[in-house]
Parts: sequence; C-alpha cells; structure tokens
Amino acid sequence: MTGRWIAGLAAAGAAWVFAYLQLPAFADGIVGLLGLSRATHLGEALHFFFYDTPKVLLLLTGIVFVIGVIQTFFSPERTRLLLSGKRLGAGNVMAASLGIVTPFCSCSAVPLFIGLLSAGVPLGVTFSFLISAPMVNEVALVLLFGLFGWKVAALYLGLGLLIAIVAGLVIGGLRMERHLEDWVRAILAGNAAHSVGETMSWPQRFAAGAHHVGDIVGNVWPYVLAGIALGAGIHGYVPEDFMAAIMGKGAPWWSVPAAVALGVPMYTNAAGIIPILEALLGKGAALGTALAFMMSVIALSAPEMVILRKVLKPRLIAVFAGVVAGGILLVGYVFNLVL
Amino acid sequence: MKDIKVLGSGCSKCKSTIKLIEEAAKAGGVEVRLEKVEDLKDIAGYGILSTPGVVIDGKVVHAGGVPSREKIEQWLEAA
Repeated sequence: MTGRWIAGLAAAGAAWVFAYLQLPAFADGIVGLLGLSRATHLGEALHFFFYDTPKVLLLLTGIVFVIGVIQTFFSPERTRLLLSGKRLGAGNVMAASLGIVTPFCSCSAVPLFIGLLSAGVPLGVTFSFLISAPMVNEVALVLLFGLFGWKVAALYLGLGLLIAIVAGLVIGGLRMERHLEDWVRAILAGNAAHSVGETMSWPQRFAAGAHHVGDIVGNVWPYVLAGIALGAGIHGYVPEDFMAAIMGKGAPWWSVPAAVALGVPMYTNAAGIIPILEALLGKGAALGTALAFMMSVIALSAPEMVILRKVLKPRLIAVFAGVVAGGILLVGYVFNLVL
Repeated sequence: MKDIKVLGSGCSKCKSTIKLIEEAAKAGGVEVRLEKVEDLKDIAGYGILSTPGVVIDGKVVHAGGVPSREKIEQWLEAA
C-alpha cells in the first residue's frame, strides 16, 4: 500500500514539474492561437490570465497536498496538549507557530477557543493561536513564495507571527478574562476535556493529503479564477504607475489605513487575493501597503468577528480587532520604509 | 437503536457528515436516531476542539472533518 502511494506520488511529481516548465509556452501559445499580440491591452491581460491560472492551480495542488500530510501530525488535540500550562511569553511564541500548522477552519474557531481555555491555556496565548491560524495562511505563504520570491514570503511569515505574538501578549497583559461571555466562563468552571486520540499509517496520511487537495482546491478555485481575472484586468488595462499615486511609496500617509479599512468587509481567501496583489504591485503599489491590504482581508474579516462575538463581549472583540489592525498598520508602514 | 448526535454549527462538512451517516445506516440496516446539535454552548460542552464532531450514545467518537465511510460503518457495527 505504501509502495503504491510512493510510486504514484513520484509519477505525479514528475508530471507536475513537466507541466510547470511548460507554463510560459502554454500562455504564449493560447494568446498566439487567438491571433492576439501581447502589445495590446487584451493580449496582455489574456496572457496574464492563461499564465497565472495554471501556475497558481499547480502550486496550490502541490503544496496543499504536502500541507495536508503535515497537518496529520498536528491535530488540534495535540496542539492543546502542547499549549496547556504554558505561560505568557514562550507560550505565545509556541501558540503562534502552531497556528500555522494546525488544521483550522473558521467554523471551528469557537470550539477550539473554548477547548484551549478549558485546558488551562491562558487567554493571551489562546489569542496568539487564534490570530496566527487564519493570518499566517499556508496557501498565502506558498503563493507569495511562488509569485514574489522567498524574501516577501519570509517577511510575511515573520511579521504575521510577530503580530500574533504581540497581540496575544497585549490581550493577556490586559487581563480581559471577565470579558468572555458568561456561558463560556460557566463551561470553563466545569471541566470538559475529552480527546479522541488516533494514530495514522503513512497511506492514511497520504490519503489525508489527497483529501485536503480535494477540499481546499475544490473550494478555492472559483476565488482563484476571479482573483486572476480581476488581476488580469488590472494588469492589461490599468496604466503603469496608476497605483503609485494612491498606493505607492509617495502616497499620502493615509493610504495604509485606507488599505486596511478596505480589506475588512472583503471576504475572500488568500488564494483569491494574491493574484490581485501581484497586479497591484506591478502597477506601482508599495509592498507594505499591498501586504497590509492582504492581511486585513484575511485576518480581519467581518464574518469571523460575528462568529467570535458569540464568545467574546464587545469590549474584548474591540480590543482584538484594534490590536490586530494596529499590528497590520505597523507592518504596512515598516515595509514601506524599509523596502 | 443507536443515539447519534452530529455536532457542528451548520457548515457544509457537518451536513455531509449527517448525510453519510444516514446513508451508511440505511445500507447497513441499522436503526439510528440522528440528531443535529448546532448550538455552540452544547457543542462546547462536549469538549471537542473542531467540528464536525460525532457523539454515539453519549460518547465522543470523532472530531474534526468528515469521517470516512469505513469509520462510520465500524461505529454502526459496534454494539
């Protein structure tokens, strides 16, 4: 069983690399077949679309599979065990790091939140996890790496972790436990800790990876297509340096907060937002402003706030949103200054 | 007669879990009473960390993700 998986994966890997190498030829071919030139707006937009779509889908498939396998080693139960009894400080660093690899779906945010607290994980440490899990998104990380190189990916990873750690420390330091909803505190007073322990074989882990691909790629491809189409439109039709005035380095101070504010009501996932980011950057937007916009879209979504409102009183929600927004703003300004 | 509860706040995975259990029970000729638990307070009370969760006769047997068909059949076979 294991042997068959390995043979299959090797074949799939070879096909993947071959397809990846054909990407530029494929896009050129399609644009040529349509009788268009890349010198025209339409030709350039279509070239962007037919180059980026297969590229992003290939990257997604490959990486999501690997992540699906890695995640079988980090169940939420295991994360809870690792974090229980940790103090503010080291606990926040660990929680933020585990947030990257622990499988997390926003519909599980509430049970996970309560589960961590009931296992004795401090509120501040729990928040570090809760902020890092959606913000340092593995799909975003991989796409940034694929489209912009390792520097941008590393900066995104490092700053995302930093925001999660610092925000958790701030919330922990403010001692806001009494701003949890009353029913949550009632549950915490009692003790509820079941856990379902399971060990997996390698074929099961591979199967989980394949399942993860079906799950993630199956769900995000419309966002990816929409994102790339929008990105292609910007790429082909918006004049060079158009973004420079509003989102570039010379833009007024309010361009970073405006980018963050614009991101809150937008709800898409990382896979959809990154092609837009690529196009914006290509038109002269500053990296810090563009990244702040992306982080705001991913980490400060209105629907997530609605879910969290069920366990947090308004004041704690406000502090949470405020601290995260502040962190993102800082990231935006720092990036613009440094790069 | 098995008393099965599916815990989850109504996401798509929770719905497919219920459907899978219904199908498996029908195919195996096992009598079940299937109940959806959507209230966050009740879900949290079971101590699971990720949804959907499955509770059979008061015991948590699964948490996080849609369970596989084989797993469901095992639960149904176990007396």
